[in-house]
Amino acid sequence: MLKNRIIPCLDVKNGRVVKGINFVDLKDAGDPVEQAKIYSDGGADEICFLDITASNENRDTIYDVVERTSKKCFVPLTVGGGVRSIDDINKLLNCGADKVSINTAAVENPKVVLDSSKKFGSQCIVVAIDAKKNGDKWEVFTHGGRNNSGIDVLEYAKKMEDSGAGELLVTSMDRDGTQIGYDVDLMNKISSKVNIPLIASGGVGNLDHLVDGIKLGNASAVLAASIFHYGKHSVREAKEYLDSKGIPVRI
Amino acid sequence: MKVTIVDYNSGNISSVINSFEEVAKDKVNIEVTSDLGKIKSSDKLVLPGQGSFKSCVDALNNIDGLTETLNEFAINNEKPLLGICVGLQMFADIGYEETETKGLGWISGKVSKIDNQGGKFKLPHIGWNQVNFVKDSKIFKNIENNSHMYFVHSYEFIPEDKNVISATTDYCSNLVCSVEKDNIFGTQFHPEKSDKMGLKIIDNFINL
Repeated sequence: MLKNRIIPCLDVKNGRVVKGINFVDLKDAGDPVEQAKIYSDGGADEICFLDITASNENRDTIYDVVERTSKKCFVPLTVGGGVRSIDDINKLLNCGADKVSINTAAVENPKVVLDSSKKFGSQCIVVAIDAKKNGDKWEVFTHGGRNNSGIDVLEYAKKMEDSGAGELLVTSMDRDGTQIGYDVDLMNKISSKVNIPLIASGGVGNLDHLVDGIKLGNASAVLAASIFHYGKHSVREAKEYLDSKGIPVRI
Repeated sequence: MKVTIVDYNSGNISSVINSFEEVAKDKVNIEVTSDLGKIKSSDKLVLPGQGSFKSCVDALNNIDGLTETLNEFAINNEKPLLGICVGLQMFADIGYEETETKGLGWISGKVSKIDNQGGKFKLPHIGWNQVNFVKDSKIFKNIENNSHMYFVHSYEFIPEDKNVISATTDYCSNLVCSVEKDNIFGTQFHPEKSDKMGLKIIDNFINL
């Protein structure tokens, strides 16, 4: 039986982890490689890096991070943040990323999704969608949630599936950072609309939220950042909890 | 001993390289090449494959003499070869992804889209699933039955001779996820992404 996946996400800026696990025995708490290794050893089904490096001159730092991580972690590694072109995707894959998530570029130029999935295969193309509720529908936001594209999320999700996306990483902008739980209504609506797996993101504050994301949101995988940082919950605990709620996980 | 990962522009193979280097350490020489001479002189071959069946077959055919060299290695000389994902699928006679495409024809059968029962199951089949052994395979030495492996695929290999199947996985139906026929091995899942158990399979292959 296929298991639901738990994916810890690390924000990386200028090659360093911005938030992360705050264990005393870490040699270098800011090193993304060491953090990723802790997660994969702890049973994380995949690792996700979100590169939030603002300046262009430091953008190359992520390549070094990916390269070093992929020599230590033998679970799938997804990298997102600032991915604009086929060339960016190629570089990340060559450094050892297994999947690349595309956000703003997919909205501005959907052909990037079409071309990259043809060139590299759908299995490595994740389209990240930042969604915000407006009345009774959701709209796609870009540029880290700053710009409203006005595009309807459900139509966009379907279009991305048709363009060759292998998975959708859906973040609720309304919930992100709130720790009050995923927008399961949004997740469920998208998941029902498309036939590719959905990764739910944004809003996790406790382990029940992970359960809700899968049971109510119909997500194939749940992504979370802060609950795994600072040792609040380990990935192992999360999996045991999901298991106790009857959700199939890899333990 | 020299293990060669065949680099034929089949997409992203860095994870395959990293995992084999991790397992081999300094004991075994891991080469990554499309050079026919180097492939011929190898003890074992790894045939990765990402993207579509057609794109991988096209990529093989784009390198003059590569298919013949692989045939000589695996069929005439009967040296060990491990196909991963589309690398395994290409063992078939024919594949139906994008368009009908001829495979290597090493194991009779076809590669067709997983029947997801009219949308009841999501495709691709992505994530960790359990492998159910149906026969002993040398690459499963010290691996427990029902171990989890990482999958990502929408097409399945359906061999004619069921005796080649070494493991299946339960998604939509019992999908073939591993084959062994004499010196030819293949996994539909990605051992290079399947953490410790996956590395163990790679170790078993290297130590055949």
